[in-house]
Amino acid sequence: MKFGIVVNEGPYTHQASDTAYQFTRAALEKGHEIFRVFFYHDGVNNGTRLTVPPQDERNIQRNWTELGEAHDLDLVVCVAAAQRRGVLDSSEAKRLGKDTDNIAPGFRISGLGQLIEAGICADRLLVFGD
Amino acid sequence: MSDDAGMAETGGVVKKFLYVNRKAPYGTIYALEALEVVLIGAAFDQNVSLAFLDDGVFQLTKGQDTAGIGMKNFSPAYRALGDYDVTRFYVERESLEERGLKPDDLMDITYEDEDDDWEEKPSIQLVDRATLARIMAENDVILSF
Repeated sequence: MKFGIVVNEGPYTHQASDTAYQFTRAALEKGHEIFRVFFYHDGVNNGTRLTVPPQDERNIQRNWTELGEAHDLDLVVCVAAAQRRGVLDSSEAKRLGKDTDNIAPGFRISGLGQLIEAGICADRLLVFGD
Repeated sequence: MSDDAGMAETGGVVKKFLYVNRKAPYGTIYALEALEVVLIGAAFDQNVSLAFLDDGVFQLTKGQDTAGIGMKNFSPAYRALGDYDVTRFYVERESLEERGLKPDDLMDITYEDEDDDWEEKPSIQLVDRATLARIMAENDVILSF
């Protein structure tokens, strides 16, 4: 089965990102394919490398980055939602005149079309949110 | 990098997309950002419907005035969706009734039916909860906001 995953909530406040991560990991362990993980609404905040949770807590951004690297996942942050909330890659930061970027390793920024495409191309699209 | 950079090859596949709107328009950003998905999605030539239930029915109410809260009133955009071939708005009857709303409290949203000599028709269809459940089951992709 080919899954598309949508994460609509940010880290820590809400369980959506944790549950999406656990589902994605479990699906991969069972041999399923993940077409894409798309981060929307506050979900874009899962993709900032500047979070520093206490050391005895899970690091949600790092969990996604490491899972992405291990399985070559396509972790996509919505550009419009990201700009509202201050998540930028280096080219966006430069274009918008900001002094730094903060996109985490393994994530990329792209448009909402990537969400629609995931709906079309995946066998099932799962939305994790409120 | 631009907003339309997500366009991609989808091999002519057409699926039934249902956007499920469950939240009031201004207390959270879900309604506004859902509308942004609908507008981008319209470029993909998919079979699109919208559902409004729970507090989501407030998104379609007439006479929205956001002057006092410092937010943009985006409700006129729903009336433009017909031009993007988004012509099916399912509104759950029970959700209206539970909130003391009547069909007349909703905006007049119409589209021109190209298969019927461009006759102007209402986009909003009132459906009961059981029917909406059936509509959800018939769709391929459900995005809930």
